[in-house]
Amino acid sequence: MAMHPLRKKRLTIVLFLLAGVAVAVGLTTYALRQNINLFYDPTQIASGEVPLDVRIRAGGMVEDGSVKRDPESLRVQFNVTDFNSSFPVEYVGILPDLFAEGQGIVAMGRIRQDGFFVADQVLAKHDENYMSPEVNEALERAKAANKSAMTDSVTDSLPGQQPVGAY
Amino acid sequence: MYPELGQFALILALLLAVLLSIVPLAGSITGRESLQLFARPLAAGFFVFTALAFAILTHAFMVDDFSVAYVANNSNSMLPWYFKFSAVWGGHEGSLLLWILMLAGWTLAVSVFSRHLPTVMTSQVLSVLGMVSVGFLLFIVLTSNPFDRLLPNVPADGADLNPLLQDFGLIIHPPLLYMGYVGFSVAFAFAIAALINGRLDAAWARWSRPWTTVAWAFLSLGIALGSWWAYYELGWGGWWFWDPVENASLLPWLSGTALMHSLAVTEKRGVFKSWTVLLAIVTFSLSLLGTFLVRSGVLTSVHAFASDPERGVFLLGLLGITIISSLALYALRAPVVHSRSRYGSYSREIFLMLNNVMLVAATLLVLVGTLYPLVLDFLDLGRLSIGEPFFNLTFSPLAIAAGLLLGAGIFSRWKKTDGGWIGRKLLWPLAVSILAATAIMVIYGGFEPWAFAGCFTAVWITAATLTDIWDKSASKKGRWQGMRRLSRSYYGMVLGHLGVAITMLGASVVSNYGIEREIRMVPGDSVTMAGYQFNFLGMTQRQGANFTANVGNFEVFRDGRAVSTIRPEKREYQVRRDMMTEAGIDASLSRDLFVAVGEQLSSNAWAIRIQYKPLIRCLWLGALFMACGGFLAISDRRYRVRSKLAAKVAAQEEAAGGKSAPTEALS
Repeated sequence: MAMHPLRKKRLTIVLFLLAGVAVAVGLTTYALRQNINLFYDPTQIASGEVPLDVRIRAGGMVEDGSVKRDPESLRVQFNVTDFNSSFPVEYVGILPDLFAEGQGIVAMGRIRQDGFFVADQVLAKHDENYMSPEVNEALERAKAANKSAMTDSVTDSLPGQQPVGAY
Repeated sequence: MYPELGQFALILALLLAVLLSIVPLAGSITGRESLQLFARPLAAGFFVFTALAFAILTHAFMVDDFSVAYVANNSNSMLPWYFKFSAVWGGHEGSLLLWILMLAGWTLAVSVFSRHLPTVMTSQVLSVLGMVSVGFLLFIVLTSNPFDRLLPNVPADGADLNPLLQDFGLIIHPPLLYMGYVGFSVAFAFAIAALINGRLDAAWARWSRPWTTVAWAFLSLGIALGSWWAYYELGWGGWWFWDPVENASLLPWLSGTALMHSLAVTEKRGVFKSWTVLLAIVTFSLSLLGTFLVRSGVLTSVHAFASDPERGVFLLGLLGITIISSLALYALRAPVVHSRSRYGSYSREIFLMLNNVMLVAATLLVLVGTLYPLVLDFLDLGRLSIGEPFFNLTFSPLAIAAGLLLGAGIFSRWKKTDGGWIGRKLLWPLAVSILAATAIMVIYGGFEPWAFAGCFTAVWITAATLTDIWDKSASKKGRWQGMRRLSRSYYGMVLGHLGVAITMLGASVVSNYGIEREIRMVPGDSVTMAGYQFNFLGMTQRQGANFTANVGNFEVFRDGRAVSTIRPEKREYQVRRDMMTEAGIDASLSRDLFVAVGEQLSSNAWAIRIQYKPLIRCLWLGALFMACGGFLAISDRRYRVRSKLAAKVAAQEEAAGGKSAPTEALS
């Protein structure tokens, strides 16, 4: 049966639209799966619940007195803490202007075999009063965990065994 | 004393906006022209009092009145006067006041430039603008009063403006961006007015077209300026980070671009009406969403300075009311009649529809990428971020597809076009684009698939556009006469499309062939990159108005000849003790040489970031082309000529109908 030309045109349009939507949805989900970076706090990283060699975001405060520079290159190492547990970070490159000990930072990178978080990007906020909500939350969580640990009188429990907020 | 007057002016502006949103609309519904005539004076009054409030706040900044909390938080007596001026919109409250001032300005402009429109239409449009204003005035008066005082403990000096914002780019970036954001409220108001009185026709499309185009042109400039500012001020040498705040401005731009094109179809052919109305609503809603994202502090972003849940909830409420009520109106009133116009498979209508599909798809992609992390976080499903690769991977193919369509669509005609003819027309652009893209690969040394696709598309658009000018300017009186015969709106379109091509070329080349290096340097070191030799001579000190700076001295040589001297700075601002990187840039059309100073590593060693950025200027040059195209298009005679015609028709109608008949033109 021959199709009415108007219907045929409509059908073409609809097919076009569907194809476009399908391609868009496919691309989006593919790209999303490749490029989602989960955020982990120092407690989670120290407990080893982060898979190795997966790109993640991590954040916390730069531990006082922990920044060590290599005199011959741009390599720098420092610890990031939530005042409960901490993890070591290695970074090669220029740190942002507001990077300092005692400042909150967020870094992108991967956990290496030896436990170092190898950052490829370090972000410090551009306003000294502003703290990343992620870092803030991580600190709150650590504080809460600390308190409950104290009431349970588990004085020197390992950081990894402390309860972590629902994730 | 003055600040109280400012607050009083704001409250008066609010009252006038309330009247503006009710009285003319009521008049238009009941058919009483006497009420409709209140629209213009009310709009003018609203503008005057908003401007007065803004002037008083500016005055407070200029005379360092630190008893005003907002001034104390965002200014300092050491600031140069021009930064005191731009500090007026350097924080939350002031930038909101600027937003409202822009809205008042657009409202006034509508009331001034719409004298040829039927009174019903004008009064309804102004009423809708009044409603939007009420929302924002309530917001500022209830949650973000810029005139709050710090009494009796007046600080001796202010906390200073964030050093990042002490920059020329920040003096003009927000006003331009807001002109764009707020400008879409006019297109929105026209759409809502058209829905209310059921007058969705070609005339409505013609009226809202210039407003949409102007808003779009301002937004293009605003976004480009923001990108330029981020490039030289953040010290990373990046020009687009897919940061949620950047996305927030890109969203209304994308849907606004779609709106401009679909308005063209509605005006010329009377089709796509419902779609156009929907786009107008969506575009303005996205502007509001942008305001919400930036101003509520929900984002993890360099721009989210303010963070106050009360404000966020208010803005979200405003956004929700706008979207729900306008969509409800849309559902009730959008035309359900199928348009009788017919168009063939390769007609311009189809091409523009595909353009809209692409742009809307791009809008959705960016929207998903921006909101997905926020929604997950809100639902407590975890913290995550969506990185640049997501956007690059999904946005680039869409941009290229849209560009390829553009090149083909230029040759299409309304109603019906011969597909084979378009195909033959495209042979030349095809050949030129392949050659040019290959040449670019050879020049920059290396085949990169994305760079090839981007450059191909850019040249494709350019070649098709120029071919079209050549065809259209054919005239018996000679080429020059033929060129002059073409309308300004045509040239506006040409500039806009060339702008897209230029930006695409710049983006493709700089992202694929740019070189970035971070190295440790001591005086006497040199590094060679893309044929340029950078010699680090050492650091010197410099005293600025309110900062001290370490200045790096770099000499750049190419083939043994001195090219330029670059002086990047590391500044320490005295009031906040903030460190700031001021990049040193040697700019030219073909490439930028970018040097930024990082930390001091030892007594004489510094971390240095050096970048070679080919064609990066094209990014912003293209945006300038687009904006100029927009401004040129609205200066077209046809808006003025037709408006005179419309005025004549309206006058005749009035004369015929007599005084008793309402001038309402329900169709």
